[in-house]
Amino acid sequence: MEIDSGNTAWVLTSAALVLLMTPGLALFYGGMARSKSVLNMLMMSFTALGIVSMLWVLYGYAITFGATTGGLFGFSSGLLGLDDLATDTVTAGLPDLAFAGFQMMFAVITVALISGAVADRMKFGAWVAFTILWSSLVYFPVAHWVFNFGVLQEDGSFAEDTGGWIVQRLGALDFAGGTAVHINAGAAALALVLVLGKRRGFGKEPMRPHNLPLVMLGAGLLWFGWFGFNAGSALGATGTAALALVNTQVATAAAVVAWIGTERLRDGHATTLGAASGAVAGLVAITPACAAVKPLGALLIGLVAGGACALAVTLKHRLGYDDSLDVVGVHLVGGLVGTLMIGLVASESVAGREGLLLGGGGGLLADQAIAAFAVMAYSFLVTLVIAFVIKAVMGLRISEGDEITGIDQTTHAESGYELTGIGASGGSSGLQSGSPAARPSSVEVS
Amino acid sequence: MRLVTGILKPFKLDDVKTALESFGVQGMTVSEVQGFGRQRGHTEVYRGAEYTVAFVPKVRVEVLCDDADAADVLEVIAKSAQTGSIGDGKVWSTPVDEVVRVRTGERGAEAL
Repeated sequence: MEIDSGNTAWVLTSAALVLLMTPGLALFYGGMARSKSVLNMLMMSFTALGIVSMLWVLYGYAITFGATTGGLFGFSSGLLGLDDLATDTVTAGLPDLAFAGFQMMFAVITVALISGAVADRMKFGAWVAFTILWSSLVYFPVAHWVFNFGVLQEDGSFAEDTGGWIVQRLGALDFAGGTAVHINAGAAALALVLVLGKRRGFGKEPMRPHNLPLVMLGAGLLWFGWFGFNAGSALGATGTAALALVNTQVATAAAVVAWIGTERLRDGHATTLGAASGAVAGLVAITPACAAVKPLGALLIGLVAGGACALAVTLKHRLGYDDSLDVVGVHLVGGLVGTLMIGLVASESVAGREGLLLGGGGGLLADQAIAAFAVMAYSFLVTLVIAFVIKAVMGLRISEGDEITGIDQTTHAESGYELTGIGASGGSSGLQSGSPAARPSSVEVS
Repeated sequence: MRLVTGILKPFKLDDVKTALESFGVQGMTVSEVQGFGRQRGHTEVYRGAEYTVAFVPKVRVEVLCDDADAADVLEVIAKSAQTGSIGDGKVWSTPVDEVVRVRTGERGAEAL
């Protein structure tokens, strides 16, 4: 089949945009962590980039987009190693490899999202094991339910019972991954921290973000990359992509305003952390809905998401679970807001189904609720099992002493900041045999 | 000889430095410190959670001087650092037994 170069160019570009979200997320989380664990925070995202990209090529794509068994589980042996795609196969004008590369970035960032919940205290080896197990047992199957539309036929429709159960049988709307990415990661984060336990001193010591400009930079990169995530999911340079882009912007903008407004009323101060968090909450909520609503619907979704998430992040203090950087409060709650509000404000002219508030009845809302609940329940339960297995086999937490000293120093043998320069040369015992020559000290003596 | 030490509001540092220079002080040492007095700490809010920050950022100014100048130096610092609001800090002086200028080995008042 002929390749459509315009559509292909947009999907390839979008893949690169979505890739940038993971380093952006690393900065967003890294700035919110304490200075003694900023590097570990960054490393969890970067190891997700390393590990999940390989898994995706080896067998992730074969499970997610392989031939389905009852809409629940996919597998095609020809897709292992992306073998069958390496020879210029094309679907609807788009090289299959462009689609596989684009979807690879979704798999990477979804597990990285979970890392925000476990700041300061999770063994790095346990995180690596978790990344492998969770991607394989939770993300790939759930992405199959939501993203696998089935086999495309000559007439442009998908053959019956060849796709994932949520997208094809249930017919729930999730354009770019409100369920498969955000509800999935949020529910997993909750399960993981329940097994992992709280940071030492949680609720007693102040655990302030150590670098808010880093958080703002990360939020900015996420916002930028998210246009690839949402508008790229149109899989072409089309009117749907334009709708997704505009909806993404207006929902995010509204959520920023709603979050800082909520803060101002509740705490008396509008904060930068609130603005950055509001942006992410809006981006999360509009993800499933960005091609199902008109711009005013998107604006409404953003307002609700910003307010709801700003309220939800305080739950952990009341209920006592240490979801350190609010993966549950932002991604689970934001994902639920977006997924369910599709059932209220979806517009038939763009989505093919009408929401409750626009006179379409409650059918769509019910389907959305089923999809959201199914992903939430599956992710929560399987993550619990994975967490208990890792805890039993290798342990989940670093020791108390290492946690107090700081995971950067004890696990990675690095520190995030060298600000004073005093002692930078390491002193007389600083050079171990075999280590590279110490840099000259930057201390100026005058 | 005496060491005059002031714990002051960081934004007053420039005024203090200018005042000490015009008084004729030859050198000073400045460090960033944290602490609290009657002012206590302050609260910050992150995602709806209030944190009490017990220690407030301050600067510590240290000046070595002759016994005869100590009272004046103390006065100059106290005057130039004053805003009249809570948290202005404190200045005190302490006796110093010996001072050595590292470059030349000069001792006592010669080394100031």
